[in-house]
Amino acid sequence: MSKNKTEEALVTVQHLTRDFDVSPPWLNRVIEGKKKAILQAVSDVSFDVKKNSIYALVGESGSGKSTIGKIVVGLLSPTSGVVRVDGVDLAREADKTRLEQTRAGIQMIFQDPFASLNPRWKVKDIIEEPVTARGGDAHGLAEKLLEQVGLSAADVSKFPHEFSGGQRQRICIARALAAEPKLIVCDEPTSALDVSVQAQVLNLMSDLRERFGLTYLFISHDLTIVQHMADTIGVLYLGRLIEEAPRDELFGNPHHPYTQMLLEAAPKLDGFGREVEPPKGEIPDPINPPSGCAYHPRCPIAVERCKNERPGMEQKNKSRVACFLAE
Amino acid sequence: MNKQAGREPVLSVANLSVEIPTRQGTLTPVDKLSFDIEQGRILGVVGESGAGKSMTGNAVIGLLDPPAHIAGGEIRLKGRRIDNLAREALRKVRGKEIGMVFQDPLTSLNPLLPIGEQLTETILEHLPVGKTEAQNRAVAALEEVGIPAAAQRINSYPHEFSGGMRQRVVIALALCAEPSLVIADEPTTALDVSVQAQIIALLKRLCRERGTAIMLITHDMGVIAETADEVAVMYAGRLAEIGPVRDVLTAPIHPYTQGLMASTPLAAKGKKRLSQIPGAMPRLTDLPDGCAFNPRCPIAKDKCRRPPAPNLDSGGGNAACWYASGARS
Ligand SMILES: Nc1ncnc2c1ncn2[C@@H]1O[C@H](COP(=O)(O)OP(=O)(O)OP(=O)(O)O)[C@@H](O)[C@H]1O
Ligand SMILES: Nc1ncnc2c1ncn2[C@@H]1O[C@H](COP(=O)(O)OP(=O)(O)OP(=O)(O)O)[C@@H](O)[C@H]1O
Ligand SMILES: [Mg+2]
Ligand SMILES: [Mg+2]
Repeated sequence: MSKNKTEEALVTVQHLTRDFDVSPPWLNRVIEGKKKAILQAVSDVSFDVKKNSIYALVGESGSGKSTIGKIVVGLLSPTSGVVRVDGVDLAREADKTRLEQTRAGIQMIFQDPFASLNPRWKVKDIIEEPVTARGGDAHGLAEKLLEQVGLSAADVSKFPHEFSGGQRQRICIARALAAEPKLIVCDEPTSALDVSVQAQVLNLMSDLRERFGLTYLFISHDLTIVQHMADTIGVLYLGRLIEEAPRDELFGNPHHPYTQMLLEAAPKLDGFGREVEPPKGEIPDPINPPSGCAYHPRCPIAVERCKNERPGMEQKNKSRVACFLAE
Repeated sequence: MNKQAGREPVLSVANLSVEIPTRQGTLTPVDKLSFDIEQGRILGVVGESGAGKSMTGNAVIGLLDPPAHIAGGEIRLKGRRIDNLAREALRKVRGKEIGMVFQDPLTSLNPLLPIGEQLTETILEHLPVGKTEAQNRAVAALEEVGIPAAAQRINSYPHEFSGGMRQRVVIALALCAEPSLVIADEPTTALDVSVQAQIIALLKRLCRERGTAIMLITHDMGVIAETADEVAVMYAGRLAEIGPVRDVLTAPIHPYTQGLMASTPLAAKGKKRLSQIPGAMPRLTDLPDGCAFNPRCPIAKDKCRRPPAPNLDSGGGNAACWYASGARS
């Protein structure tokens, strides 16, 4: 990789793989003769997130989005492969101060604003915790941040239950901002929110990105949100990255048959009376994924080679695509 | 809504109110709701969380959780009142005439019985057929909803199916007694896009081929656009707007529907900012006077902040708003 390219990427993910041991308990294995079972949640995934951009990971349930997000913030470690944020390998960096600094620069916002706030803490303590935990000065910080996320400074002494879902997600965002992060990983940040409130939170995230030069890794299964928010989109299927493209390219000219199916199946606001040919089949068992290309059993254009060989990511115009037959 | 002359709606709901007595006073999660669904039509019911969609559906099928209860209005199924039936009579109607599909398929299935038995039981209870015929129909019902190798899978238990397959089984169960009305409450919300597309296609086909009337509750406007014939928009327990799906989605006349449509990312079409509605839907415990939407409404005037609350007639029959823009006829 050229020097220039690494400089503009804030996050580089290379050949990332994460396995989970999902074997039955030891005793059952002995008595019932069951084998060890490994679930590969993320399989050889590589991508870069450019500074000050929004990179979205999309894919259906179980495709590995959250697992990648957790590895990027350092909540999980990779089985193999490397994730660097600002040049620092979170799993292997020996320099403690450097590691701490990088960690503090990465914040995560979760799907459920109800579960992710401690109900017994006042809003002030919740927001300032990332700073005070490191012995920093948090004087007046919560008040300032609450105003920046569109709430009122007077809200500092309230408790989470006094807020609506959208307001709670704003509090989560304020807390994430307290650490002056460079990178925010958001895992389905608005899927627990209503449409009218979702718009408030998405607008806030766009504003903050411009104000503070933030970079987002944005995880979502909702293509309409991704189309609105993201600069670059990576599509995951069964733990594998199968297509990556700039937003307009992905939506205007999808190359991978799975991406094409996903875009076709998504309901359209102007799709009155639209008859979609329903997609074939279902997502396979991740413990025994299909051989070759994981999508081949459902793919309308698969050939013999797709069963035997796993396609690598190839550059196709502005996109990267993992498909032997993509044009 | 305009009724076609001479055709009786399958479901007719008039001035339906549901009340819940609580320590803070009586809440009204459904407030004087009226709508009809005709044979072979799909009515979409949309609205934000807590708008009263599920309460409405549960009231129609007589499954309100006490202390919630019907406090007024009428519900008619093919002309016959069902809101005042005794429990046992209502249970019969529910199994035979109304099918139900909920968000979580496991709530509708017995985990301890093979799916074939559950289907056969339902068919035997509601249709005049013998055991063998019931079994054949059970297999046919599973085939119809697209369960591969249905005859072999008839002895499988619910947990042996994936989420999407389970939802198909529930649909087969809801339809096996050949009901005239199906109430589907967020049937695809927990499912992936590709599975959702399969389930939606299935519901549409059944509606078309069997003439089943469907009440489809969802908060997904895209699903509504592709599936529904008419749509009812609920806000804080009341009907905000109702009409043909294309009209309501492309030319809404209630300020709430207008705000809702403008705030969906699909409507932003390349604009950087989404248009947003300030605030959030009020809780039932502190509904404002007059129109429930007035604190968030960009065109609210004094009249909107005073009782009475506007109803559909206030907005020319399709929108509960004193100032509905350009009322449709
Ligand atoms: N701790 C774990 N132990 C075992 N398996 C796991 C674990 N965490 C995740 N998995 C499995 O890894 C796969 C990927 O899960 P992940 O949560 O990353 O998916 P996702 O794309 O975020 O899905 P969703 O859209 O449902 O949130 C799934 O098959 C999941 O069951
Ligand atoms: N037992 C109860 N006591 C008090 N309020 C209740 C009770 N059950 C429901 N409610 C209220 O009734 C209202 C209507 O609820 P309902 O479940 O019909 O909403 P919904 O439109 O289906 O929402 P969602 O999209 O979240 O499913 C809500 O405001 C809810 O808080
Ligand atoms: Mg996830
Ligand atoms: Mg509901």
